[in-house]
Amino acid sequence: MAAIADPAPVRRSSRGARTALRYAGLSVAAAVVLFPIYCAVVVAVQPASRLLEFPGILLPTDPDLSTFGDAFRRGHLGRYLLNSAVASLIITAGQIVTSVLAAYAFAFLRFRGKNAVFTLFLATLMVPAEVTIVANLQTIDSLGWQDTFQGLTAPFLAFAFGTFLVRQAFLGIPAELRDAAALDGYGHWGFLRQVAVPLASPAIAALGLFSFLLAWNQYLWPLLITEDADMRTVQIGLKSLASGRVDELNLVMAGTVVAALPILLLLLAFQRTLVRGLTSGAVKG
Amino acid sequence: MTSARRTDGVLAALFLAPSLAVFSVFVFYPLGRTIWLGQHEEDPFGRRRVYVGLSRFWDVLSSESFRDSLGVTVRFTLLTVPLGLALGLGLALLAHQQLRGVTVFRTIFSSTVATSVAVASLMWLTLFNPSIGVINQLLLELGRDPVRWLQDKDTALAAVSVTTVWQNLGVTFIIISAGLQSLPDELYEAARVDGIGPWRQLRHITLPLLSPTLLFASVVLTISAFQSFGQIDLLTAGGPLDSTRVIVYSIFSDARAGDLGLASAQATLLFVILLALTLVQFRVLERRTFYGGDR
Repeated sequence: MAAIADPAPVRRSSRGARTALRYAGLSVAAAVVLFPIYCAVVVAVQPASRLLEFPGILLPTDPDLSTFGDAFRRGHLGRYLLNSAVASLIITAGQIVTSVLAAYAFAFLRFRGKNAVFTLFLATLMVPAEVTIVANLQTIDSLGWQDTFQGLTAPFLAFAFGTFLVRQAFLGIPAELRDAAALDGYGHWGFLRQVAVPLASPAIAALGLFSFLLAWNQYLWPLLITEDADMRTVQIGLKSLASGRVDELNLVMAGTVVAALPILLLLLAFQRTLVRGLTSGAVKG
Repeated sequence: MTSARRTDGVLAALFLAPSLAVFSVFVFYPLGRTIWLGQHEEDPFGRRRVYVGLSRFWDVLSSESFRDSLGVTVRFTLLTVPLGLALGLGLALLAHQQLRGVTVFRTIFSSTVATSVAVASLMWLTLFNPSIGVINQLLLELGRDPVRWLQDKDTALAAVSVTTVWQNLGVTFIIISAGLQSLPDELYEAARVDGIGPWRQLRHITLPLLSPTLLFASVVLTISAFQSFGQIDLLTAGGPLDSTRVIVYSIFSDARAGDLGLASAQATLLFVILLALTLVQFRVLERRTFYGGDR
């Protein structure tokens, strides 16, 4: 990682004090950032009767994990999580397929109107979903796709940003490789599957993670097109969970923690791959 | 050559078709439809659409309710963007040191990117709870009166803003950190040789060189402020007394109430605002990459 200036040479003791001060600053900032998450976890593992004990509530004496069970049993969390997983995976798979195909056309195929089509893709980035929800809702209604996975996923099966990401990786593939593959008798389809996609796999993986994260965290669209409790995604499920009673706040927090967990784990895993990619690049370079 | 080009063309059409189909049905058509709907008014029974034309946009723009929600959105932006930027910069500077274990802090500072708007809002809904929320209990300990943060029209928007700033902290930190790491080390070495202290390094080297990144981050945060919806829906439902009714919430509730024309007219105006902001963002991005490539 980048290096900021080491402090100017100073005597050892004042240097130690300065380091301690830096750690103190970092720790205070970390505590402030993590405080809401900490409170959520603490509320989730305590019986409702303890919620009014302050500051005792901040230090759970005997954590009670049964709230999580309640969130699944009474809060239908399992169904919501399943819906979110299915919808997010469909969106992720769809975006990868459409983006790889379109990126291949932009990177390796010669055709008329390429610039115009590219501009069209770029233009989609300027139309945020908030602007088109009213009309899209009518479309979904007329297709009869309210409360279906088609309705939850169809509008998001293509993603211009993903196309650009993969196209950039494709453009980094050396021309000699393309020529060599052509000499070996690879057509476009063979080259795409055997060479281009494997070589662009880091970019494709990044797109996959990004798609999944955005899909899992969606709020406005699933709120609009699901009425049926059985079709709610976990984000919308949390809303209905939260409209319950105050003494069930521990239940709500348990659901919130569970809903945040998959993405948090993905990001932690993703960060490691990211760092590894950076360091291996540095060694080669 | 020509035949190769022709097969290329056929293949390109096949490869682009899936994306173009999705974009046509769910981006371009609804955009046109929204603009069209925005120029029509429904009779009270919703059976007949009457063309009212471009004047509709003017009517909405000059209506008190739209001006109010635009005002709320602007206030919300002013409450969230400068504070979010300052905190993101502070965290990025703190984490931009060669210390053992600093990666752990980097992970913590970026952790809020993992929270969805629903997750972040519900966590803060619990903190803001009038009776059992930690914030009010702390106030009570200090001998102060509890505040009904989300039910009071003087504090609701600020409370929603705090939630938003916290949720955006991760993204802001990541953007600014990346900018900091791309700054040339040589300049700092030279500054140290010249005996320039850390504060002057910050003021005269870091901040000026970082300004494109900060500008970029502020545009990203502004666009996201204008698109905000989830935290409003979960924390205040636009209330109390419409004091948190931002534009997207207004579109949502008018659409829910069945007035698609009014919702579409507002959506069109939002589109124009966001388009202008996005164009600024692209310009900034261009300048930023040009600057990076130039180095």
